[in-house]
Amino acid sequence: MNLNELTAHEILDLIKSGKTTPADVHDSVNKAVQNTDKKVKAYVRTFDVNDHDLNTPKAGAAFPIPIAIKDNISINGKETTCCSKILAGYKPLYDATVITKLKNAGSLFVGTANMDEFAFGSSTENSCFGPSRNPWNLDCVPGGSSGGSAAAVASHETIWALGSDTGGSIRQPASFCGVVGVKPTYGRVSRYGLIAFASSLDQIGPITKDVKDSAILLNIISGYDEMDSTSINTPVPDYTKALTGDVKGLKIGIPKEFFIEGLDAEVKKSIEDAIEVFKKKGAEFIEVSLPHSEYSVATYYILATAEASSNLARFDGVRFGLRKQPSTLRKSPIVDMFEETRDAGFGAEAKRRIMLGTYSLSSGYYDAYYLRAQKVRTLIKNDFDKVFTKCDAILGPTAPTTAFKIGEKSDDPLSMYLSDIYTIAVNLAGIPAMSLPCGFSKAGLPIGLQIISKNFGEETMLRIAHTYEQATDWHTKKATLQ
Amino acid sequence: MLNYCLMITKEDVEYIAGLARIHLKEDEIVRLTANLEGILGYVEKLSTLDVSNVEPTSHALPVKNVYREDIVKPSLDPKYALSIAPQQHNGAFKVPQVIE
Repeated sequence: MNLNELTAHEILDLIKSGKTTPADVHDSVNKAVQNTDKKVKAYVRTFDVNDHDLNTPKAGAAFPIPIAIKDNISINGKETTCCSKILAGYKPLYDATVITKLKNAGSLFVGTANMDEFAFGSSTENSCFGPSRNPWNLDCVPGGSSGGSAAAVASHETIWALGSDTGGSIRQPASFCGVVGVKPTYGRVSRYGLIAFASSLDQIGPITKDVKDSAILLNIISGYDEMDSTSINTPVPDYTKALTGDVKGLKIGIPKEFFIEGLDAEVKKSIEDAIEVFKKKGAEFIEVSLPHSEYSVATYYILATAEASSNLARFDGVRFGLRKQPSTLRKSPIVDMFEETRDAGFGAEAKRRIMLGTYSLSSGYYDAYYLRAQKVRTLIKNDFDKVFTKCDAILGPTAPTTAFKIGEKSDDPLSMYLSDIYTIAVNLAGIPAMSLPCGFSKAGLPIGLQIISKNFGEETMLRIAHTYEQATDWHTKKATLQ
Repeated sequence: MLNYCLMITKEDVEYIAGLARIHLKEDEIVRLTANLEGILGYVEKLSTLDVSNVEPTSHALPVKNVYREDIVKPSLDPKYALSIAPQQHNGAFKVPQVIE
């Protein structure tokens, strides 16, 4: 067994008992990156870990665990680009709060992971560096937008990773790559230093090889931060204590709207099998309804693009990143500079979303689109509030299909958007959710089980996931890298 | 379901691109016209819902204004902030001519 194939908690145990060293752990991951990343392309850049990092004994909970960081989380002095040409060469002048916490905990930073440009996408095909590959089938996408982070974990090119989730960007790639991904409650983890996509929906979270690692990483990154006024000041429990392996008496809701046309038969079968596992463990199931589910994708693509068009206004060639000097005068020297910088810097999907968001916020359309979508968001949120008076958690698929082929959906934005149909409503409601492996298709591609909980219900959610993991061995399967 | 009859013209796309400060090329304008029409056509399903008595949600959690004491604290050194600027001049960000 190679060290890079272990979980963080297994490595921490080996270190404690003196059976391995920080340098061995680092070498093992480093070799995997050198041997495997040519095929997987999970990373857009890697860092040098120096002897000081390895030899300075640290008491931190994450020392000496290597971690991959999505390319939209600021690391002081390290190029951070959101996989967009408009941020080429941009080196943040400060650490994101999650990076400060990881540094204090003794993390070793392997590199920055590929993503769809500004997290706009579900496949990493929108990255200016080109797509990452799915470690289970190199012709398939790893999902997105945190596809590089998920692929790095699944190919054992890191021990664990951070992603961000605005509409499913942690859970869907975790599902496609056969790993565990957690979208915490909105406000649980500070967004300070996360380059914003849709500020009312974005949340940073762990991508790991098993549920216990997600609990450990969540312990490290959670908590109130005065630098993020939307972070919530409630105590952070020890999430590992929630992993009791027991779901007796818990009531789990199955939304009838999740089992609809478009859900792949193999995915459906795996979810039904998972329900049987939970029944044997003593969980009780009830059918519930989320009647506004079918409106969630439409609501999301109005609200998220409106927020994105506003957030991305800052990329104008003035203070950082790319600047294009116009060669001819069209409107005025400064407006030409803005317009040509943004034309050259943004990729096709970024332009599409900025345009859509600008349209729905523009005079005459605001009430019909943006305000109406905000009201439908209320209806979607109310659906969940109602369901959670009857059950402790909701269970269903993470994505309607397994990983699709590279290029299969890239010409059809709407069909790409619909691959997020089960994950998007969760962000609109702000509640936590996670994906964990629950089987494979006949073609050998992983299938993800989604567990959704109420606000700050991470402990119940992790407890349910951990119980399932204890009863199955999907999480121990190794990606083929072919 | 309402009949969908929304139409996006090339001029609409050029107008929006101006608001968004993006100089689009001709082929992009053509593609985005079709894309926006398709996506807005799909979004039209929101108009089938009665939301007349529904409050809008701008934020998932009920966090209201967050105040802090107005105390001056150290912030980014201007020299440091300018170190990553595309162009700088005399301690400021340099931009093309703004006033004619």
